Amino acid sequence: MKVEGKQRIWMDYQKEIAEDHFFYVRSCVRQNFFPGSEKTFLRILKSELQKDIYENPSHTTCSGIGYHTDIVPFETAMTMVARQFALMTEAGYENFTTSCITSFGLYSEVLETWHHFPETEEKTREFLLRATGREFKKPNNVSHASDIIFRFRKEIRDKGKYKLVNQHTGQPLRVVEHIGCHYSKMFPSKGIGGAEYPYVLIGMIEDWGGEVIDYPERRHCCGFGFRQYLIQANRGFSISCSKKKFDSMEPYKPDMILTNCPGCPMFLDRWQYAISEMEGKTYGENGHGIPVLTYEELAGLVLGYNPWDLGLQVHQVPVEPLLDKIGIPYDPEMKFKGADGQDLGKPESPSFLKFYFENV
Amino acid sequence: MKSFGYTISEDRQIDFDANDRNMTGFINSIEPSIRLCLGCGSCTATCSAGHFTDLNIRRIHTLVQRGELQHLKKEIMKCMLCGKCQLVCPRGVNLRNLILLIHSALEKSGL
Amino acid sequence: MSKTAIIIGGGAAGMETASQLARLGIEVDLIEKQSRLGGHLNSWDRLFPNRRDSKEVSEYLELGMNDGISLHMNTEIDDIRMAGERFTLALRDGNELYSDALVIATGYEVFDARKKEEYGYGIYDNVITSVELEEFFRNNKQKNLFEGIQSKRVGIVHCVGSRDEKAGNLYCSKLCCVTGVKQAIEIKELMPDAEIFCFYMDLRMFDRHFEEMYYEAQEKWGIQFIRGRLSEASENPDHTLLVKLEDTLTGLPLKMKIDLLILLVGFVPSPETQRLAAMLGLKEGDDRFLCAADEHTSTNSTAIPGVFLAGTVKGPAGIANTITDARSTALQVAAYLK
Repeated sequence: MKVEGKQRIWMDYQKEIAEDHFFYVRSCVRQNFFPGSEKTFLRILKSELQKDIYENPSHTTCSGIGYHTDIVPFETAMTMVARQFALMTEAGYENFTTSCITSFGLYSEVLETWHHFPETEEKTREFLLRATGREFKKPNNVSHASDIIFRFRKEIRDKGKYKLVNQHTGQPLRVVEHIGCHYSKMFPSKGIGGAEYPYVLIGMIEDWGGEVIDYPERRHCCGFGFRQYLIQANRGFSISCSKKKFDSMEPYKPDMILTNCPGCPMFLDRWQYAISEMEGKTYGENGHGIPVLTYEELAGLVLGYNPWDLGLQVHQVPVEPLLDKIGIPYDPEMKFKGADGQDLGKPESPSFLKFYFENV
Repeated sequence: MKSFGYTISEDRQIDFDANDRNMTGFINSIEPSIRLCLGCGSCTATCSAGHFTDLNIRRIHTLVQRGELQHLKKEIMKCMLCGKCQLVCPRGVNLRNLILLIHSALEKSGL
Repeated sequence: MSKTAIIIGGGAAGMETASQLARLGIEVDLIEKQSRLGGHLNSWDRLFPNRRDSKEVSEYLELGMNDGISLHMNTEIDDIRMAGERFTLALRDGNELYSDALVIATGYEVFDARKKEEYGYGIYDNVITSVELEEFFRNNKQKNLFEGIQSKRVGIVHCVGSRDEKAGNLYCSKLCCVTGVKQAIEIKELMPDAEIFCFYMDLRMFDRHFEEMYYEAQEKWGIQFIRGRLSEASENPDHTLLVKLEDTLTGLPLKMKIDLLILLVGFVPSPETQRLAAMLGLKEGDDRFLCAADEHTSTNSTAIPGVFLAGTVKGPAGIANTITDARSTALQVAAYLK
């Protein structure tokens, strides 16, 4: 493959990412699945990059989940988004950054709608004023948190202690990158690299020493959606989408998967367990599965943070094989201990997806 | 194996490379006129059985060319060998022979 | 002083118009920006429908290049001025040419397949265009087409850059379908154990002997035709291609491994055609090809007296039709100059 050909594609889609003074809004559910991620993002921005990033504790969901499940009508979603913007305005910020990719998609969609249909913006201002008494200004810049990590990837690399290189073979790690659908499939111009060759994660991987895998189902959705996932009986469709991706990436022998959405890593991580229990099939080496990381977790690892501070113990697919490849030290004994060292108990061992250390 | 209340859907995409096309080769070598089909659908339009059963002769013989044999036996049973399809085919495909060959191939492969 | 004509473009249309006008005793200047005459004909190996050697047609066209024609090779035009019924052409090298009639025969270019990035041209190995395949046949008759390629499965993709809103071209380029079928037969001749697939939306076998060629491709050569437009091509670990399409005749999505993918690229009006049209104020259709004065009765003149059109400036056309069209243009020019 001629990589320059791919790189030509991503050059068409560039966008402005704010540099400092961010107003941060969190994800509804991400802290359940990946508890360390948002905390790590704030830590990196504040301690490593000395950026000003602020979040208002009374900010709410953007209602993306509800909107995409047809439970929340669009007018309500627009008003909730407007309230978030009002909080940002009141705090004196202009740069908006979201933790969740669906949020990012919704904020982009709402801003586009207001742009093309100004009467909806007027109506929303009216609704917000009547409901809460608040007023808002539209943000100057809306970036996703992964855009910001992308923008400062070189600084992170320079401060970093580890590279995405297999210390035993000296080869770059083979990384599968997976973009949330709401990042650039809805509005290709709002994503770095567009929808065809989204560059935001590739940039991180390449600058941190890894190698990106191009496989046929690369652009395939992981199956999260919202509608199909909420009802248990429908999840067959969701798990089949992820399985199709796994089957396609398997021959390329990936070392890890990197994602930038709350739902995708949850799916790609947990479905490996579900597939192993339902069909007995595991991916990756030695039945350990393919580790799935969020971009904050990967940035944290590159910077040398303690893996258990990043929340990696909660991952279904064990991350230890990856840590050993990179050469990141960790204490297996501390994996399931609390912050004060108290024993939190251990999860049940899956039937086929092996724990890395059986006796821990 | 555990069940979590849902099943993994089967991928319905035709995986051309994974399919067994031995039957295809067998049929094509004995009845080469099948290669002339251009997918016009005249055969299916006139098919006696096709109006009241799910027999779509154009579709199933195309599936045979791809090596997709899953529902072949059940569907092909509906053909009464009336020969109207062959009468109407603009390219002169010997459809009745094709159907007899499919039966023969199915028997041979124990399907 | 006898009246003269200038023909811009030395491809098949330009050459035939020039030779016919010269036969009628009219002084002709033929301007060509490249160093040789013939245009795209120089790239083709064998022409449909009978797969005869294109060099025979080139030779016929060359025969007409006699003393009555002043050839200006490697010449580009900077400006054209009209004064009354006279044309003044300012050439790039500083010279000027004058005439009483102008024939625009600047032809077409093929669609740039890199714009269909999902097909992997310029990205994956072993994705080539139909033009590159023709050039291979023309220049490498003895070489193995599949040198360096493991097994022998070839895919031919129809409608690349044509009938495609995303590519900016809604029109059909007319001749790609027959080119694809012709090339499928030629590859099979070269590699009898190759498996060849044509991925099409429609098969436009509109002219004499074209449908029979399709029949022959199926019956004699075993070429397989799958009705479905490629959504994308990806790369397998072994650098072969994986193509995805819907097999519309069975109604199921399909994926298959391909060793060599050939893109049938369509016609686009050449930048030179568009530049001259802008200079002269010639009318363009929605498809950006030039418009003649009347679609049925006056297909060689334009709304501007003295400016005539020949060949593929008006839209996709094959060699045979181009030569006939050029003769028609010559007749119109001669009548005008009397």
